[in-house]
Amino acid sequence: MTIATPPDYAEGDSPAGRPARPAAVARLFASMAGEGILAKIWWTCLSIGLFAGLWEFCWAVGWADPKLLPPPHIFLGNIVEQAKFFNTATRWQVGQSMNAGPSAFESVMITVGATTMRVFVGLLIASVLGIAVGILIRYSNLFDKLVLPTITLLSPVSPIAWLPVAIFLFGIGNGPAIFMVVVALFFHMVLATVTHIDGVSPNLINVARTVGATKRQIYTRVILPAILPGMLAVLRMNLFGAWMVVLVAESTGVGYGLGQVIMLARNTFNPSLVFFTIAVIGLLGFTFDWLLRQAQRRILYWLPDTKGKLRGL
Amino acid sequence: MASSPPTFSSKDAVVCRNVGKTWAAGTSRAHEALRGIDLDVKPNEFVIFLGPSGCGKSTLLYLIAGLEEATGGSIWSFSDKVETPSPERSLIFQETSLFPWLTVWENVSFGLSIRGASRAERRAVAEEALQRVGLKAAMEKRPDELSGGMRQRVAVARALAMRPKVLLMDEPFAALDVQTRARMQDFLLDVWRDSGASVLFVTHHIDEAVALADRVVVFTARPGRIKTIVPVDLPRPRDLFSREAEALRIQLTDLLRDEVDRAFAEQEGLATVA
Ligand SMILES: Nc1ncnc2c1ncn2[C@@H]1O[C@H](COP(=O)(O)OP(=O)(O)OP(=O)(O)O)[C@@H](O)[C@H]1O
Ligand SMILES: [Mg+2]
Repeated sequence: MTIATPPDYAEGDSPAGRPARPAAVARLFASMAGEGILAKIWWTCLSIGLFAGLWEFCWAVGWADPKLLPPPHIFLGNIVEQAKFFNTATRWQVGQSMNAGPSAFESVMITVGATTMRVFVGLLIASVLGIAVGILIRYSNLFDKLVLPTITLLSPVSPIAWLPVAIFLFGIGNGPAIFMVVVALFFHMVLATVTHIDGVSPNLINVARTVGATKRQIYTRVILPAILPGMLAVLRMNLFGAWMVVLVAESTGVGYGLGQVIMLARNTFNPSLVFFTIAVIGLLGFTFDWLLRQAQRRILYWLPDTKGKLRGL
Repeated sequence: MASSPPTFSSKDAVVCRNVGKTWAAGTSRAHEALRGIDLDVKPNEFVIFLGPSGCGKSTLLYLIAGLEEATGGSIWSFSDKVETPSPERSLIFQETSLFPWLTVWENVSFGLSIRGASRAERRAVAEEALQRVGLKAAMEKRPDELSGGMRQRVAVARALAMRPKVLLMDEPFAALDVQTRARMQDFLLDVWRDSGASVLFVTHHIDEAVALADRVVVFTARPGRIKTIVPVDLPRPRDLFSREAEALRIQLTDLLRDEVDRAFAEQEGLATVA
């Protein structure tokens, strides 16, 4: 009895006279090259592994100074030691010592949670508000004339310019950070909504008009579902913008959070902490994007999956 | 324009009197698409519009549907002046226009849901309309899962579900292959006979006109005017290879050729100016 092999290998499928690869290895490669979730995880790990490996190599041959560019095994190696710096929430309070308060792991979680919450709340407010205002602009001629010029004027202003305003208005804490995220996304969301409404096929609107739909019904039953795919795409593109802005807001002393930790790392010249935080942020952004993609798939149940087609090109 | 009182039989399905349409009227980009259209369509009549590309056939259907306003003359339908869209005059568009987020049956019963009909009623009506177009099995599918021909049949079912008295069809089968188009024509004739609606049907295919029409309206190049109306008294079901059918085909081809030449000449002229 020979081992069971897939037919294409069993038939001596090696024209150049190369020995056929053992079936088990072939199958492993086949499954990893495939489209399954396992394959995806494998490729992700490989990609990150290659990057980390390159870095480690540079360190090993002495090109990367471990004091300035500590490779992953160093900055991940002293996680516990680094994690206590995340305890910024209580560290700011008078009379707290460096080692008081929550444990290292808890303080990382508190910091990550605070920043994530700000991004999430900011995204939520910005998209609900942005889409609502965008729709109102097209729905009401008066609103359009009153509001659109101002919004168009303000949209190119960098969110960084809003930072002082955020602090004037909200002082310190969650308020200014959330405000910054909202400001960074809101204007784009409004303009994107208007553009997408203008892009709705007039035929779809005419179908609704023919059967006697009211203006309100046309907006709720045709325009809203028609712009939804585009709006979710805009939201996903803005997600990374939201993460950048929230870090800037936090680093300028509007409270605690990942941005604050980066600032602390800079001021205390602690590259390990910088890279550790960058790793955490990267992981968070990745997770957020993945979640949003899942939500997109659920909400836009009617869209076919076009990814497969593009991959075949 | 002297405001002569309109003379038309109030029973007519569509009456156009001196209808004109200038797009972007009053601006520098004004563009006259239609001029002086006079047309009477009887109830349950099958009228074909034939004319060179860009002569305003689609525009006229939009005007009759009430989706666009005429800039001259007036249109009546069963003695009502056409001013707004109405479920009685359903337009089936040149491009497919199904809602991608709704299933086939939800698309078909969209008009009823706008009126607030119950789910049971909507489903029953959708089922009946889809039965008529032979797509009952596809009720739960989404438009993306259908072929082009199936999508156009769903669009026909959606129009039928509103029980229109006038069915306006803008090159509905243009994107289909010859075989499928022939099948769709047979199916449309059945639907037309059952529903008793008048059909106004735009096409570029002379064969399609010969197969379907009670009358063929031939348009001139832009601005579109009615060049001539050709009555077709071939008996139904039609023998498309009979001598009479062949003669009609030749007649329509001749009528069209001059206008297509003129349309091309004009469009080329425009291109060199621009
Ligand atoms: N929405 C619009 N705005 C401005 N001009 C338009 C509009 N729709 C059509 N036109 C113009 O009106 C003229 C008639 O267009 P229409 O679509 O009615 O032609 P058609 O006879 O249906 O042509 P085809 O056979 O190619 O579909 C064309 O010159 C076109 O450029
Ligand atoms: Mg047309």
